[in-house]
Amino acid sequence: MIVAQRKQIPEIMDIVKQHKSLLVLGCGTCVTVCLAGGEREVSIISSALRMASRLAGSEIKIEELTIERQCDNVFIEQAAEAIERNEAVLSLGCGAGVQAMAERFGNKPVYAGLDTAFIGILEERGIWTEKCGACGSCVLGDYGGICPITRCAKRLLNGPCGGSREDRCEVRPDSQCAWQLIYNRLKDIGQLDKLKKITSAKNWNTALDGGYRVIVREDHRV
Amino acid sequence: MKEEFEPKILAFCCHYCAYSSVDLAGSMRLQYPPNVRIIRTPCTGRLETEYFLKALENGADGVLVAGCLEGGCHFIEGNIWAKRRVEYIREMLTEIGFDKERLRMVNVSAAMAKPLADIITDMVETVRKLGPNPLGQNSTSKKQETAL
Repeated sequence: MIVAQRKQIPEIMDIVKQHKSLLVLGCGTCVTVCLAGGEREVSIISSALRMASRLAGSEIKIEELTIERQCDNVFIEQAAEAIERNEAVLSLGCGAGVQAMAERFGNKPVYAGLDTAFIGILEERGIWTEKCGACGSCVLGDYGGICPITRCAKRLLNGPCGGSREDRCEVRPDSQCAWQLIYNRLKDIGQLDKLKKITSAKNWNTALDGGYRVIVREDHRV
Repeated sequence: MKEEFEPKILAFCCHYCAYSSVDLAGSMRLQYPPNVRIIRTPCTGRLETEYFLKALENGADGVLVAGCLEGGCHFIEGNIWAKRRVEYIREMLTEIGFDKERLRMVNVSAAMAKPLADIITDMVETVRKLGPNPLGQNSTSKKQETAL
């Protein structure tokens, strides 16, 4: 899922202070699961903004709404009336959600209330970690399901670097060495021979270079 | 003559400890300021993060969360969850520019009537010094008060 975290209240206040009415719009998908932009966070951030604006002497009228998904036109329509009633939108969706809202409602300012961080998983309660860099050309099959691009601090495809201590990364001693994990995993599944292969330089054309990426599926187009 | 400010403190009291303690304080004829409005909760772990903000937003001058002693929660660790939630909102209050001392969590047992009475007295005095909630009281809280 996409993992995000909320912006600080003073930063949000600075963004929305010129408006008299604001829709705080949550998203019921990834950001709900990572406890950053779901219904509860909409309620908390709205309260905080109401309090901050009253303390600043500029009472912003705040409406709260959470839709199922901000990155999908079918669900975005559910917010149309509320958006119409307000001067601006503070989206608690991920970066994709914010942009989808802004594209759909061309005459309304749509601001981001969250900082979208990464694609990751819930490691344990209250801890999310990055797992995927969305590089566009997955190499997980060669590395026992552990991504060296995302999880190795040096992004080495031919590791290890030799700097790890025990199983700790030398760059970030609080994290495990990805290459130690790759070795352990390949050993467990009997594929250690894969480590003998020298991987050539990765083709980064499939990543962010050259602008945004588009996937077209002709079989699904109408 | 200027009327002295009487703080209104909302106290979320866990059924298994703090609520019994305030009850015991009554039985023991212990005095504590009548500024607290007590809400009994099954456990402080039942309290959602937003309750604390909503209470202050709606005009409470202070919010006291009273749970069991650490390690003594009837539901194992509800009071630990509450402590983290209170701390999260205290940090957010600082971001907002609101005095975080208006929100406080304490841990007591069901037999700690006197310490709890002292805690309540201290909380009331702290909030009295801080002055009224800078947000004032909005129509919601006035309406609720009339209904009571």
